[in-house]
Amino acid sequence: MDLAITTKLVFRTLLARKGRSFLTILGIVIGIAGVIIIIALGAGAKSLIIGQITKLGSDLLSVQPGKSNEKGPPAQLFGIVITTLANSDADAIRESGQVPHAKAVFGAVMGSVSVTWQNRTIDTNFMGTEYSMPQVINIPIASGQFFSQQEGEGNANVAVLGATVVDELFSNTGVNPVGQVIKVRSASQTEAGGIPLRVVGVTKKQGSSLFLDLDDQVFMPLAIGQQQLLGIHYLRAIDIKVDSPANIQQTINDVTNLLKQRHHIRTEADVDFTVRNIADAIDILSTVTSALSLFLTSMAAISLIVGGIGILNIMLATVAERTREIGLRKAVGANNSAVRNQFLLEAGTLTFFGGIIGIIIGVVASYLISLVMRYLGYDWAFVVSLGSVVLAIGVSILTGIIFGLYPALKASKLNPIDALRYE
Amino acid sequence: MEKLIRVENLKKEYTNDDVITPVLHDMSFSIAEGEFVAIMGPSGSGKSTLMHILSFLDRPTYGLYEFEGRDTKKFDDNYLATLRNERVGFVFQSFNLLARTTVLDNVKLPLIYSKKGDHDELAKKALESVGLSHRLNYYTNQISGGEKQRVAIARALVCDPAVIFADEPTGNLDSKSGNAVMHILQKLNSDGHTIILVTHETDTANHAKRIIRIRDGEIISDEKVQNRTIADGERDLVK
Repeated sequence: MDLAITTKLVFRTLLARKGRSFLTILGIVIGIAGVIIIIALGAGAKSLIIGQITKLGSDLLSVQPGKSNEKGPPAQLFGIVITTLANSDADAIRESGQVPHAKAVFGAVMGSVSVTWQNRTIDTNFMGTEYSMPQVINIPIASGQFFSQQEGEGNANVAVLGATVVDELFSNTGVNPVGQVIKVRSASQTEAGGIPLRVVGVTKKQGSSLFLDLDDQVFMPLAIGQQQLLGIHYLRAIDIKVDSPANIQQTINDVTNLLKQRHHIRTEADVDFTVRNIADAIDILSTVTSALSLFLTSMAAISLIVGGIGILNIMLATVAERTREIGLRKAVGANNSAVRNQFLLEAGTLTFFGGIIGIIIGVVASYLISLVMRYLGYDWAFVVSLGSVVLAIGVSILTGIIFGLYPALKASKLNPIDALRYE
Repeated sequence: MEKLIRVENLKKEYTNDDVITPVLHDMSFSIAEGEFVAIMGPSGSGKSTLMHILSFLDRPTYGLYEFEGRDTKKFDDNYLATLRNERVGFVFQSFNLLARTTVLDNVKLPLIYSKKGDHDELAKKALESVGLSHRLNYYTNQISGGEKQRVAIARALVCDPAVIFADEPTGNLDSKSGNAVMHILQKLNSDGHTIILVTHETDTANHAKRIIRIRDGEIISDEKVQNRTIADGERDLVK
């Protein structure tokens, strides 16, 4: 009995019971769609995180005030204001020679601010920072330039605008923001006016990030943000670029020792700062994502097993229902393997098409999810790997064969006499 | 005439939970090519068991069964399937046609398991010989009982078997349709096909040329039919 005829036979049988065939494979469809979606989501999340790494640079260290345990969030997140990180700490890291692998360093403060240009006012974020910031964090400039060392250290009244700020403040005016004068006013300053700043540069749009939105930001020299806008004398962060990823651990140790010494700290309990390695944080996130998608994939795999049991059930019912047909086939010359193959092929065909439908649903759903994520501003890649599709097809056919084997063997071993008499 | 079937001291027992039930005792007979034999007996006599053994659906417990001069004991299950396909045709009391399937496809069923080519042509030829050329593409639920049994005969014929086994072929039919079926069997026999008919009705058995009567698993008589009934089913065969 050749394959072409068997296949034709199988298709005819399955199509004669369309409704039942569809319900039979529903479990497989859901399982496969689940696997595809979860693998795609995992890949999308990973690409998002990797995108963040390249944006921030994996050789970045960040010193934040306040102690926090290794994996926990910085104390600042809980609204605790810690004032121990000083401008001189940043200078010491840069100049003391005790942190030889620090390639570039900047100290920064952050806050929210009202920005006025002519009669337009918007609310946005600001960073008081040092001219060296672009050496640490990649800030692509669309026009003009980042403020210079002279402007930065001299606390010149200059600003660099993020792309979103430009879009909102200068929309539909056709005016080149570079050279324009804006006025900034912190939320705590109630009197009119504000600090006039000349725009020297505009950044390129980068898309939002899990860590920092560089588009919705006004960058200005440190002292302007720190003293004039916030009226404080400490830093919110010191970011350090390490010359090579290999030296990250060394640099963490160097910075920790230097700051302990400067802050006169003798015991671990007194440590009032945290040195964070962004690559590590991302590694942890990445591990969590992988673990989560493995976990979810195995949940989906369980639904495949459930779907397979559905196949087993229906195939057993089919064999019982078609006992007379099996007897007849044997009487007219079908041997055991021909009967077995017919039912195996039936189960395999069912689950194969279940797999195909599941893949289509999974791919469409993953695509829709990626559209939603992009609409929300995340740099979300739509990744459906060929590997996951091949895996899904393989698993679905295998499910059919594994769960179809027992019913098929049962059918093949039926005694033709009993089968013909079966009512 | 060549001996097609030779049975010597054939016995069949069924074992169920260590209880041995003998069904056939010590049967010996032979059937030559071209014969039309009725195996007759009341229900429980063992006639169906005998037919199952002769048609390779079952095996004897003891004794010799030679088919076309060869001892069947040595044949494995796959070869028995091949014999059922190539050398034997079946006609059942309850037709056993596939539902939701056309007449033509039903007749083609044995060809699926054979090495023969040109399935359509062979099936059409078989249907023509039972007068059903006009029903090729009908579904089996669209034709009458008599026509169903004629489809079954066409299916039995399609692989050109050495012998056709008909198990109560008229049992589910009215007398007119039954007559047509018997007519076809007689016609096939006169064309040279060997036919073995299993029945419990004397009227039906009288269509054969020879009757083997069995009771309680033993042959009680084996004789030629004296006043053979010739079925006149010609009218039913006309389109």
